[in-house]
Amino acid sequence: MTSKKQNQLAIGALYGIAGLVVLILLALLGYILVSGMPKLSWHFLTSPAKAFLSGGGVGIQLFNSFYLLILAMLISFPIALGAAIYLYEYAKDNWVTATIRTAIEILSSLPSVVVGLFGFLFFVVKLRLGFSILSGAFALTFFNLPLLTRSIEDSLRTISDVQREGGLALGLSRWETVTRVILPAAVPSILTGVILSAGRVFGEAAALIYTAGQSAPALNFADWNPFNISSPLNPMRPAETLAVHIWKINSEGIMPDAKAISSGSSAVLVLAILLFNFAARYLGKRLYKRLTSA
Amino acid sequence: MFVNNDVRKSEEMLERHVTQPSEAGHPIILSTEDLHVYYGKKEALFEGDLQFASNQITALIGPSGSGKSTFLRSLNRMNDRIATVTGRIMYRGVDINQPAVDVYEMRRRVGMVFQRPNPFAKSIYDNIAFALRLRGVTGKHELDEIVETSLKQAALWEQVKDDLNKSALALSGGQAQRLCIARAIAVKPDILLLDEPASALDPVSTGQLEDTLLELKENYTIIIVTHNMQQAARISEYTAFFNQGRVLEYDTTSQIFTNPQVQVTSDYVSGNFG
Repeated sequence: MTSKKQNQLAIGALYGIAGLVVLILLALLGYILVSGMPKLSWHFLTSPAKAFLSGGGVGIQLFNSFYLLILAMLISFPIALGAAIYLYEYAKDNWVTATIRTAIEILSSLPSVVVGLFGFLFFVVKLRLGFSILSGAFALTFFNLPLLTRSIEDSLRTISDVQREGGLALGLSRWETVTRVILPAAVPSILTGVILSAGRVFGEAAALIYTAGQSAPALNFADWNPFNISSPLNPMRPAETLAVHIWKINSEGIMPDAKAISSGSSAVLVLAILLFNFAARYLGKRLYKRLTSA
Repeated sequence: MFVNNDVRKSEEMLERHVTQPSEAGHPIILSTEDLHVYYGKKEALFEGDLQFASNQITALIGPSGSGKSTFLRSLNRMNDRIATVTGRIMYRGVDINQPAVDVYEMRRRVGMVFQRPNPFAKSIYDNIAFALRLRGVTGKHELDEIVETSLKQAALWEQVKDDLNKSALALSGGQAQRLCIARAIAVKPDILLLDEPASALDPVSTGQLEDTLLELKENYTIIIVTHNMQQAARISEYTAFFNQGRVLEYDTTSQIFTNPQVQVTSDYVSGNFG
């Protein structure tokens, strides 16, 4: 076979594989959206769920998902950022950092249900946090931390070493170089990592079933004092998220319209992640422009 | 490229000819004594006893891997985390490797420009201004002035004066390298180290860069590593020839190029190896 033919064959095969992947993704996405769209309405998005009657919504679950996502990110992002900066910018390559990296890799391949059970034993039972948003956020932090650290470290790696030397040669300290030169330049790449991990966190169910709980008590959206039990901001209340809700009504839902609610919830979940993606990308671009005037 | 570089007779390698710059009006600003640099266990620089005259251009030439970049990077301690440096580097009477020396302050006095232009992902203005802001220069007027002077000294002002807020990453290679020079001189160093600053530039940009350096020596002491012997001959007063981790010959540039005392130097500058 000539090189030319070989090349054409390879290109053909690669196109085929890529096409197959796109097709599968589009089919999945299309199926979720088509079967869920009819259910979507303002009422569905804002009203609380009903246990036995039809016509329930996912308002509280939707809010819980976002609240948990934000809390989990608030806890895990600074830790991951610090760990990544230490590992890539400061730490020498020796057995300590090798151990840390191995630990991170092992932790990132931990099944999320194991993280959930650990969270249940440690946060819920041992620390007596109960089934609460806080327990859930901590469990999600454990779940999220390894991947986020890894992706931020990779982002730092994409910034060329000549940039670091440039900063040091101007008499900046290593810290000043990292915070003023490296991080601003790495923002878009770090942001991509954050978006990807946020999507995983938003759709996570197994780690939350035993930590944030499976019930969604009624909330009073007029009360924003985090110390009141019915306040949406109260971090000590149990909080079923959208993903947990989908799992639950599929396994034990007894409302007449369980299937429709499940489809609708799935569509909402997908749309919310899409929305979150676009918003984060837009904000990231703005931020990068402000930091770099690119 | 590497013709008989490694098989030279050992007695030939022992030949050395190192002079001291002694022109009136150009006192010694920087000198090295018994300098050795190790990467791990491997010794990359064995001997580098050189003295540098102020407000002059000194060129460091030699084949690849001869230790000239290693030597240059030791002069402002850019090798700190990479290599072990022994011996003394005296800058205005202070050994810069002493623990008491503030390395960040020292690097502001001994600036550096690298082989690959490395503008930061910031605006042209901020590339120059942000290091100054970190040092407490915050007045808008003052910053504007320093940015303008530095860019003028680097011969870049006319081309970018209307685009100061645009990203520096959009500049051409030659412009980016001159921005890096402007950035380095904005913090008002004494000495400017340049590590093959023109190797990534086209001939026109290279010519402009050389003109810039000739003007800069009024205010700065310049030490430049170059692979381009014509460049060394064109712009420098003194030239040091490095080979296999040693300084074999150090003299005025005209001596090195017209009447080298060491056979290896003669071979190198006449293009017989390297």
